[in-house]
Amino acid sequence: MSGHSTYQPKNAFSRWMDARLPVGRLVWDSFVDYPTPRNLNYWWTFGGILSLCLGVQILTGVVLAMHYTPSAAGAFNSVEHIMRNVNYGWLIRYIHANGASMFFIAVYLHMLRGLYYGSYKAPREILWLLGCVIYLLMMATAFMGYVLPWGQMSFHGAVVITNLLGAFPIVGETITTLLWGGFAVDEPTLKRFFSLHYLLPFMIAGVVILHIWALHVVGQNNPTGVEPKSKADTVPFTPYATVKDGFAMSVFLVLFAIFVFYMPNALGHADNYVPANPLVTPSHIVPEWYFLPFYAILRAVPDKLMGVLAMFGAIACLFALPWLDTSKVKSMRYRPQAQLYFVIFLVICVILGFCGAKLPDDQVIPGLETGIKVLESDLNSWVWLSRIATLYYFAYFLVVMPVLGLTEKPRPVPETISSPVLGDSDKKD
Amino acid sequence: MLRKVTLLAAALVLMGGSALAASNAEKAPDVAFSFEGPFGKYDQAQLQRGYKVYREVCSACHSMNLLSFRNLGDRGGPFYDPKYETSNDNPYVKAIAAEAQIDDIDGETGDPIKRPGTPADRFPKPFPNDVAAKASNGGALPPDLSLIAKARAGGPEYVAALMQGYGAAPHGHEPPPGLHYNKYFPGGAIAMAAPLAPGKVEFDDGTKSTLKNQARDVAAFLMWAAEPKLEERKQMGAAVMVFLVLFAGLLYASYRRVWRNESH
Repeated sequence: MSGHSTYQPKNAFSRWMDARLPVGRLVWDSFVDYPTPRNLNYWWTFGGILSLCLGVQILTGVVLAMHYTPSAAGAFNSVEHIMRNVNYGWLIRYIHANGASMFFIAVYLHMLRGLYYGSYKAPREILWLLGCVIYLLMMATAFMGYVLPWGQMSFHGAVVITNLLGAFPIVGETITTLLWGGFAVDEPTLKRFFSLHYLLPFMIAGVVILHIWALHVVGQNNPTGVEPKSKADTVPFTPYATVKDGFAMSVFLVLFAIFVFYMPNALGHADNYVPANPLVTPSHIVPEWYFLPFYAILRAVPDKLMGVLAMFGAIACLFALPWLDTSKVKSMRYRPQAQLYFVIFLVICVILGFCGAKLPDDQVIPGLETGIKVLESDLNSWVWLSRIATLYYFAYFLVVMPVLGLTEKPRPVPETISSPVLGDSDKKD
Repeated sequence: MLRKVTLLAAALVLMGGSALAASNAEKAPDVAFSFEGPFGKYDQAQLQRGYKVYREVCSACHSMNLLSFRNLGDRGGPFYDPKYETSNDNPYVKAIAAEAQIDDIDGETGDPIKRPGTPADRFPKPFPNDVAAKASNGGALPPDLSLIAKARAGGPEYVAALMQGYGAAPHGHEPPPGLHYNKYFPGGAIAMAAPLAPGKVEFDDGTKSTLKNQARDVAAFLMWAAEPKLEERKQMGAAVMVFLVLFAGLLYASYRRVWRNESH
């Protein structure tokens, strides 16, 4: 959509500036005049919300780093110092800790929107890939950030996750030693995690700029999946999208504030208020909620290396999606069969989340002993549920997406965006 | 379609919240603490009673390393008095601190000395180190109580329940020698003997010294110790919520106005 620029410098200074460094023109073209499809629904507001989340995390993080001590002996107490003695330290820390969860809520909704409306299809493949890179960086950042308070769950979570990388043949051991800075999770690990936790958000910011750049080249997708064809299909970004994004952000902030002010520890784990002790392992090590589905996939596979590969493969599927989906129709609004598989996929992701939080051998249906043991586990166990769910997760990307596009009969797709919008009164989703 | 999906996802997430909390021990009964709810505040008299329980009973074995005497006089604390904005000036806090003997060094000779505590001093530790603490407690380390109300699933309710959960073990669940049966403790066998008993701590405000009162009061005190900014947080939360809801309302009105002539 990066068409002809309509920027008109208004005064002598902006004309002078425009001839030298056209920042004003860039902002005007990207955030004021930029044409957005007129039919965007609220699922399209999460991009703006995510920028807000990144800004909040960086801002609060910079302040926290002023008071935090990255040492095994001092980390836990410095966090408590922030909570007790630093002016509004409790507020800044709770915003930062819950902000990570909010960030992931927003990113998952953003990704699901892309999945449903086919936002990864031509010409948006690079846009989607950059988004996947941001998601990977977010996961790395969040994981390292969770280690910094040096509580029990921080420490033992770090042990479990870094040990996974050791499963890779040949390079595995070298990678873990490099990550640890020694032969176990200890002081050097904490120090490098702190350094990287400060670095990665700025790398995310860099990729976000590329993401937005790519977006502004190809333009936004929209609920119909039909590309805008004329001026009638679009509205200028400002004020139309800005005000809608602004409203969505304020509603999102209400949810954010409910967590920060009324249930700041609901998404955390009680064990992380116990200082890290390498000699005492918590009875049940669980990652943060946003990693639970991947943790379930990891544990679903009986072999360690294959489990790690499955976990990374689950994310690799997202990267490959633009080339796995064979459907000519972008939006699932016109693909009733795809909708069904999408809903099952959603349910499966939630089920995987549950499986990740449970002990693998506990019973899913309490009290029912099937007596059928396959791969050393009773069929009525969380590990078996996660195996079935993992199978569907991969089948969705590797079987449903390629095959369905060739076999399904999509509903008729409108000619233009404005034809269903202006013409037809019964609005769907 | 997507709307149905959203509802379904929301329902699943709600179900999840309750399914995540599972344990082998009995669930701690609900206590209607004054600090619960969006406008909850600590009950100052209860905090004072709870502090007395800690000081007279718990502190014999349990440290509270993150707390200083000055915290007792901080806004929202057990001995906060609006007359003394700085808790260093608070006579109660000064008197409580002065009762403790603190290890220090003589400013001139450098010899180790003992001096009366000041509000700036941390709560004294019952044992010089963890090894000594374990040696005096049959090999079990009494955990530091500064954060205990946040560091255990169930929070202050669990603490209150644990204090009252001692009793005869059901047949077949007898704890090994040296341990005690407690129905709220994960696994059922706890190293700590029943710390509280009716009448053990005499309350100055006339509150009846039942086991239940002692347990609840000390749990409330420990919650305050773990989350001293709770009142400030909830007060600020109310203002933030009012602002955000008004702000969202204004933005919604603007949104309707901006889009009023545009179909979408």
